[in-house]
Amino acid sequence: MLSSQDLAALMRSARGGDDEAYRRLLRHLALWLRVVARRGLARAGRGAEDSEDIVQDTLLAMHLKRDTWDDSQPLEPWLRAIVHHKVVDHLRRRGFREHLDIADYAESLAAFQPVEESASADARQMLRALPERQRTIVEAISIEGHSARDVGQRLGMSEGAVRVALHRALKILAVAYRRGPS
Amino acid sequence: MKTDQLIAALAADRTAEPFGRRFVLSFLIGGLISLGLFLAILGPRHDLAEALATWRFDFKIVLMVLILGLAFSFCREVARPVAPPHPARGLLLPLAALVAALVIELVIVPRAAWGTRLVGSNSLICLTAIPFFSIGPLIAVLAILRSGAPTSPALAGAAAGLLAAACGATLYAFHCFDDSPLFVATWYTLAALPVVGIGALAGRRLLRW
Repeated sequence: MLSSQDLAALMRSARGGDDEAYRRLLRHLALWLRVVARRGLARAGRGAEDSEDIVQDTLLAMHLKRDTWDDSQPLEPWLRAIVHHKVVDHLRRRGFREHLDIADYAESLAAFQPVEESASADARQMLRALPERQRTIVEAISIEGHSARDVGQRLGMSEGAVRVALHRALKILAVAYRRGPS
Repeated sequence: MKTDQLIAALAADRTAEPFGRRFVLSFLIGGLISLGLFLAILGPRHDLAEALATWRFDFKIVLMVLILGLAFSFCREVARPVAPPHPARGLLLPLAALVAALVIELVIVPRAAWGTRLVGSNSLICLTAIPFFSIGPLIAVLAILRSGAPTSPALAGAAAGLLAAACGATLYAFHCFDDSPLFVATWYTLAALPVVGIGALAGRRLLRW
């Protein structure tokens, strides 16, 4: 398990361009988010079937908003604020109107019992929200595990252009998650 | 898509310049557009040098610059998910200064002249110029706030409106001949309110994430 300081250190390394540190950070956060999302859904009297959507949407938000973390401040309050915003938003859209304080059910980032990932039924559908080229790029990198450079070579694009397209695609995905499957 | 697969995509995406720097840059672009428009359309009053020797004009300018600076930091704070407990508290300082100036004005100006001071001669220009010179900064600040993470979109939008209005008001203050705190407190406020309101409405629509 990673302490809150470890997570801040990983985020700093990630900012310095260390992709492996960033991957470790995101994996740890995904485990934590899964627990938080399940509890939040349970609190609201919902089943766990949507929990992976909340996990993925929140991870995307953390990623796209990561530069709003001021690195002179601790990381954990920032993470909790993002999670609170996202989880409450999801529960509201599922009809939950009561006040929910994340501090009541989101335990420490360092010590929690991980749970199994449930299949996210509509995650494939989310990718359908993307224009074809962007979808190809996202699938090649995420599902097939290629690097941005390899994908560029295959598609006859520069690595930079692949990254720009990827970034745009992630922004579109974030909007698609927020709207929910429809 | 499995969450691990999403993580692979996220890790391949490197962008991110510090939010603070992008916020400053975006605000400067909006502000410079307004400055250009101001110089082209209105320009500073022709007796600027003499005006600078009067306390009313100086007070007006200092007040506007103070509000501009405080609105800037207020807006930047509420754009982050973890805002300090009372981000708008600093704005009480210019408010107190304005109340003090109003009291002084009411004491030294005879009662019969209060009306003329209040109405001034530029109220209509004031009501149009301040919102007009707010447009550029408002658009620029709302645009950058979209990449921020405000926990309250309406509040962040209102803060953007206040910052934009402070920008417009600071520019307009250099043009206006009505320096009485009575005029400033009334008309500048009335001119700023719709900008703040539009900012709040736009924020509620545009700044959700």
